[in-house]
Amino acid sequence: MHYAFHFNVVWAHWRDLAQGAWLTIELSSLAMVLGLAVATACVYAKAAGPSPLRWAIAGYIELIRNTPFLVQIFIVYFSLPALGISVGANEAAVAAMVVNFGAYGTEILRAGIESIPRGQVDAARALGLTRLQTFRYVVLFPALKTVYPALASQFILLMLASSVVSAISAVELTAVTNSLQSTTFRSFEFYFVATGIYLAMALGIRAVLGGVYWIRFVRRQGA
Amino acid sequence: MTRTFGLSEFLLILAAVRWTILLSLVAFVGGGILGFAVAIARTTSSRVLRLLTAGYIQAFQGTPVLMQLFLFYYGFAVLFDVQIDAWPAVAMAFTLYSGAFLGEIWRGSIEAIPQTQWEASACLSLGYFQQLRFVILPQAMRISIPPTVGFLVQLVKGTSIAAIVGFVELTRAGQLMVNVTFQPMVIYPLVAAIYFALCWPLSRLSRSLERRIDAGLGIKRHL
Repeated sequence: MHYAFHFNVVWAHWRDLAQGAWLTIELSSLAMVLGLAVATACVYAKAAGPSPLRWAIAGYIELIRNTPFLVQIFIVYFSLPALGISVGANEAAVAAMVVNFGAYGTEILRAGIESIPRGQVDAARALGLTRLQTFRYVVLFPALKTVYPALASQFILLMLASSVVSAISAVELTAVTNSLQSTTFRSFEFYFVATGIYLAMALGIRAVLGGVYWIRFVRRQGA
Repeated sequence: MTRTFGLSEFLLILAAVRWTILLSLVAFVGGGILGFAVAIARTTSSRVLRLLTAGYIQAFQGTPVLMQLFLFYYGFAVLFDVQIDAWPAVAMAFTLYSGAFLGEIWRGSIEAIPQTQWEASACLSLGYFQQLRFVILPQAMRISIPPTVGFLVQLVKGTSIAAIVGFVELTRAGQLMVNVTFQPMVIYPLVAAIYFALCWPLSRLSRSLERRIDAGLGIKRHL
């Protein structure tokens, strides 16, 4: 091995990398919140909506889950402008991530909702709660607790998958790394450090979400 | 003059499917061998082996595939002083990637077998490898089939990311065709449809296998 590693070059650009990493977190968090809203709406409509709507949602889920995220991004960013819908790179990235997370989130929430015994719903209705109230207080919140770990994992997968949006020039961590390595010729060092940052973010998010779970669900129940 | 999208363009894109399939197969077979070794190592009594393989899984599940591809591509050149082509770099990176995921899936399957099965077979004076071969693995294999097929879907979709490093498979072929025809509105949805045709049957198979194996094991899921 004759290669001399120069990690000081990477260190000199830590500000750019930090900015890229921050945008990665921002894009994924925004997509997570909006995607969860889409998933909640879908799971409600799938349970209570008219059958054409149910079919449409089932089709949406199958379509998203069986095509690559990269192609979904290309469709949002390159194909939609042909229809006159033009969006910036960051908006397209978030839109694609929301659509993607919405499909997976619906499936995860559905699994949680199915774990709620039917008797609970009947009891809530018998107590005079409206359908929406029943859904919110008796079905959705307990279901969220059950599927919380699965949602947390899906969020981490989304954050990691967001590296792909560098392909449409959204300047998150991967795109920043790409441009830095092409100007400094220190490809290995930059990719090595960026990969480490992703790993740290994944572990960090897991720790934070685990903490939130404990505060929100475990501690209360113990008290 | 730009080309218009016609039958011969469609066939060119379709021809690239074989690279998507071949890459998926190589990664699946190579990753399967690796994943098997990892699953065994994860469930042994050796602390060192368990920690090493846990680290490997965490490294590959906690970082983006795209970063793994870049690292492999540039890492090889740096560490071994050889420039490798896109195909071996991509094939090796995806093999390591699927090894981590399959290893984790199969570890779960092995651990799902009750401890009493190990104890009972030990009482019958079976050695460790005999226990694995005649008692544990045949049962674990049944449980592992649906998630393994499910992972295959993830792998086929994941290979689209190889397009970003320039490996010509389905997604890259679509990109190249967009560059000469300027018809992203037709081509990207078409590419998505081809992926769907590959993945959807696998997804359905995974689900029906799961239902059948659940029924065989007497597991009732809420439907």
